[in-house]
Amino acid sequence: MKNNDYKKFYNSPEDALEGLLFDGMTIMSGGFGLCGLPENLILSLRDSGVKNLTVISNNAGTEGHGLGLLLETKQISKAISSYVGENKLFEKQYLSKEIELEFNPQGTLAERIRAGGAGIPAFFTATGVGTLVSKNKEHKTIKGKEYILESGLISDLSLVKAWKGDKAGNLIYRKTARNFNPVMATAGKNTVAEVEEICEVGELDPDQIHTPGIYVKRIIKGLNYSKAIENLTLSED
Amino acid sequence: MSWNRAEMCKRAALELKDGFYVNLGIGMPTLVANYIDKQKNITLQSENGMLGMGPFPKPGMQDPDLINAGKQTITSLPESSYFSSADSFAMIRGGHIDLSILGAMQVSKQGDLANWMIPGKMVKGMGGAMDLVAGVKKVLVLMDHNAKDGSPKIVNNCDLPLTGKKVVDLIITNLGVFEINQGVKVKEIADNVTKESLINKTETELLF
Repeated sequence: MKNNDYKKFYNSPEDALEGLLFDGMTIMSGGFGLCGLPENLILSLRDSGVKNLTVISNNAGTEGHGLGLLLETKQISKAISSYVGENKLFEKQYLSKEIELEFNPQGTLAERIRAGGAGIPAFFTATGVGTLVSKNKEHKTIKGKEYILESGLISDLSLVKAWKGDKAGNLIYRKTARNFNPVMATAGKNTVAEVEEICEVGELDPDQIHTPGIYVKRIIKGLNYSKAIENLTLSED
Repeated sequence: MSWNRAEMCKRAALELKDGFYVNLGIGMPTLVANYIDKQKNITLQSENGMLGMGPFPKPGMQDPDLINAGKQTITSLPESSYFSSADSFAMIRGGHIDLSILGAMQVSKQGDLANWMIPGKMVKGMGGAMDLVAGVKKVLVLMDHNAKDGSPKIVNNCDLPLTGKKVVDLIITNLGVFEINQGVKVKEIADNVTKESLINKTETELLF
């Protein structure tokens, strides 16, 4: 019998983060808006008290949700994001210079993370040419078109949320809750995943896996998902 | 007289050709979806990771795992697919999206676009706008012809920070349709708008 205990399954988010946190670290956190957030791991990160964090995430959460929780406790010192519009507390901390902000175009952010996870140190892109984003970056003309050089990103720790996962760390996402989670899973020196449904090895169809288990160091079953809706919009008829 | 928002959206919808894959920006561009000709096969892309965006859900049918780039609840269609943010922007940057419709603060006669930042004000971020204008085949700007204070938005040079340089192909405003092609060419004028008032409300030279 093959040993199917991958020792990746942990009983709680606290256990799963044990030994992986330190002040000043860089953390990637999956999600788009409030969709597909690693809610349990963010709460646990807050309760750990770890501080001076650089957080790479598309958005900065909202009051009481997502990374908004870490803003309340002033654990974030720098954010790399594409859009932080919905967060008043972020705005306040940014204007009072408590927090540093680096805006990346959303696709550049996604590709920097993908590149980081794939061992690609940098890549050329047309996105941002002629804008503030291109400032102090290497420019190159390839086949008559101008590009700028963007670097790959990796994190000390990536926190991701999936729908289902197994104890070998294989993950399956649901609908648009996938977003940044799969690329961030690849770009963490350590990646911890939380899932709504945890399966035994062999229960998931290998053809349906979005994130292969090699990228996931630890996995937990998340509890009490709030899955808040930021902008409830309904059809009139 | 000029076009109202519904008429602007209806006019913009005519630019969606049969078989197109289209990304609609947040705000007025999203409303263009309401005016798409049902006879055409149009697939809407949402840059958070979905092709084949359906209408907003009926009450009680909303799913927190299914939102568009404006974080609005949406629905899927039989042909829908989901993918990661990296795949989504590979689609955008790789030139696979036919048309992007965005709002703007300023557009220059060269097609430079400014729509993400006003110096001195809190910056919310560019989101996916810079990737979209750099990557999609055709960029359509849908905006009011003048700012709230009356200042022209089609200008010689943008003084606001750019989203992209030489990226806009077509502008639809409440006063008409304008093509960027070695200058700003007037393609259509809205009902009851005179040539003179159009010239007065535009900073840059218009080619008729």
